[in-house]
Amino acid sequence: MREITYLEAIREAMSEQMRENPDVYIMGEDIGIYGGGFGVTRGMYEEFGGERVRNTPISEAAISGAAIGSAITGMRPIFELQFSDFITIALDNIVNQAGKIRYMYGGKAQIPLVMRTPSGSGTGAAAQHSQSLENITAHIPGLKVIQPATAYDAKGLLHSAIEDNNPVMFYEHKLCYKTSSDVPEGKYLIPIGVADIKREGTDISIVATGIMVHKALEAAEILAKDGINIEVVDPRTLVPLDKETIIKSVIKTGKAIIVTEAVKRSGFSAELASVIAESESFDFLDAPIIRLAGKEIPIPYQPELEKLAVPQVDDIVAAARNMMKKN
Amino acid sequence: MTQSIENHAGLDDEKLQEIYQTMWTIRYFDEKVDQFFAKGMIHGTTHLAVGQEASAAGSGAVLKKTDWITATHRGHGHTIAKGTDVKPMMAELFGRQTGTNKGKGGSMHIAELANGNLGANAIVGGGYAIATGAALTSKMRNEGKVALAYAGDGSTNEGSFHESLNLASIWDLPVVFFIENNFYGMSGPVVEMMNIPHISDRAASYGIPGITINGNDIIEVINATYDAVERARRGEGPTLIEALTYRWKGHSKSDAKKYRTKEEEKEWKTNKDPIKLARKRFIDAGVFTEEKADELQNSARLSIEEAVKFAEESPITDISELYTDVYSD
Ligand SMILES: Cc1ncc(C[n+]2csc(CCOP(=O)(O)OP(=O)(O)O)c2C)c(N)n1
Repeated sequence: MREITYLEAIREAMSEQMRENPDVYIMGEDIGIYGGGFGVTRGMYEEFGGERVRNTPISEAAISGAAIGSAITGMRPIFELQFSDFITIALDNIVNQAGKIRYMYGGKAQIPLVMRTPSGSGTGAAAQHSQSLENITAHIPGLKVIQPATAYDAKGLLHSAIEDNNPVMFYEHKLCYKTSSDVPEGKYLIPIGVADIKREGTDISIVATGIMVHKALEAAEILAKDGINIEVVDPRTLVPLDKETIIKSVIKTGKAIIVTEAVKRSGFSAELASVIAESESFDFLDAPIIRLAGKEIPIPYQPELEKLAVPQVDDIVAAARNMMKKN
Repeated sequence: MTQSIENHAGLDDEKLQEIYQTMWTIRYFDEKVDQFFAKGMIHGTTHLAVGQEASAAGSGAVLKKTDWITATHRGHGHTIAKGTDVKPMMAELFGRQTGTNKGKGGSMHIAELANGNLGANAIVGGGYAIATGAALTSKMRNEGKVALAYAGDGSTNEGSFHESLNLASIWDLPVVFFIENNFYGMSGPVVEMMNIPHISDRAASYGIPGITINGNDIIEVINATYDAVERARRGEGPTLIEALTYRWKGHSKSDAKKYRTKEEEKEWKTNKDPIKLARKRFIDAGVFTEEKADELQNSARLSIEEAVKFAEESPITDISELYTDVYSD
């Protein structure tokens, strides 16, 4: 197999879908000749033309709504939102339209649309371009929410997202774009709602999302040298959430650390913690669940501060050592 | 087929009679809803379009079944004019399994995709972008369908209005933005909410035609809508229509209407009633006789009675429906 980047994997999934199905198209700001803010769509305009790789005005409210209108009437649009922070401008359509229409209409409509967007900190882009807002959409019934960490997952999950008949939010971490892994050529589908054990272990389950999967894996390597054997669980999909895999892992290890980039307060880390606490795995816990998550601050610009705003490898290592020491 | 009144759409007398009946169906439907509401027989809230029948009936009549509309929170009229049966509509308001939306949507969300109705929207301005997207589908697939977005004057101060008009314009999408200017957005008078004389003036900012019409004149509505729809079908892009009209009732259930005068209301009800005007015009032109007019009106009334009976006799939405329809397979 060949290695390609996360960014290339996403582009491949879209291109393969567009070759296969004329109803699939993409729209967004600067996605044409420019190739998108992060270069994800580079070359697609040349292959598919401006009708299917639609450059839009800077109008998140209209594009998100148009994607819904186009999806209800039979197309399968992909909407690239340049930065996930701008979700707030599209939020009416995402929350009040996309998430609700099917239910409100008694099941008589479906909205096969994918909204892809780069999220997260670490690029020095400061507070309005660095946030992790996936929890906002994970809260809304009617939406599916995907947060892939690896190139392999990104491609397989994006294929599934495009073929799904529901509105799907697809969060791409900016720092993941340049990471690479073995990725098959051609279409393959990773089911939405199935977690992946990224590393098997026996001592502590680290449930990590998005970029934190990489940090958890790095931490696990360091901890392995101390003889601490970490299992890394990557939910991959926040909605629907594969609770079973998470619970099983915690039953096996008896300890859980949750690591997400989004702000801790009311964040998805709380959801993951409660899934464990509310389940049969609670009886197997031999230490309180630890949540490592973003601090309750906007993302600062200054690089040292920026790093401090979200969990880092060292934080995970320290938390795991602490947890082991106490038991 | 005789055509006693020349109109751009080439509608014959039979079709005009049907439109007249539709106007009454809309009025009786909403008056009935008003009564049920007062009696506590239907819950939630409703926004009635009594007094605005011509703009819905006239515009709906020139659309094909395969064309799309997005309706507003005040959308019963739009929905009836687009061809949705009043029985499932009434059942929807009663929260019945047989409702257009299985009782899960209620007054503000009535939808019937099979009839080209992409749904009413309770988010003010929510329909603009959805209709724009439907028009995009039609254009990309070369389907020849037109999307018509109904909206109120108040909604034209929402960002979605401006973004959608711009988007539809630059992409030459087959969409018609149909504004029912009833002079108030809830209690806010149009004159206090914008500093231009006509909503249609806003079209100029997006390089599309904008026209203000008498929305209580059924023929003017038919003509303007037909011209806009045909322009859209020819691939020439969107049009903004501003239809001047008036809602006789309050904004919704608990509206003391302190923001307007009794005299103003009386003027619209007595001298500008769109149904009365249509009746006179059609009789004068020989579209129908007095007797026929009464007959059409009576048929409309009967259809609402039947709808009520249907709704009352339908089972309430089953509790097993609580968790269904959230996601599609
Ligand atoms: C985004 C949004 N803001 C406010 C409301 C509350 N609201 C419902 S209808 C309405 C007035 C709308 O006025 P207009 O667009 O002129 O339509 P009309 O009611 O006159 O038909 C308001 C303020 C809403 N439903 N959605």
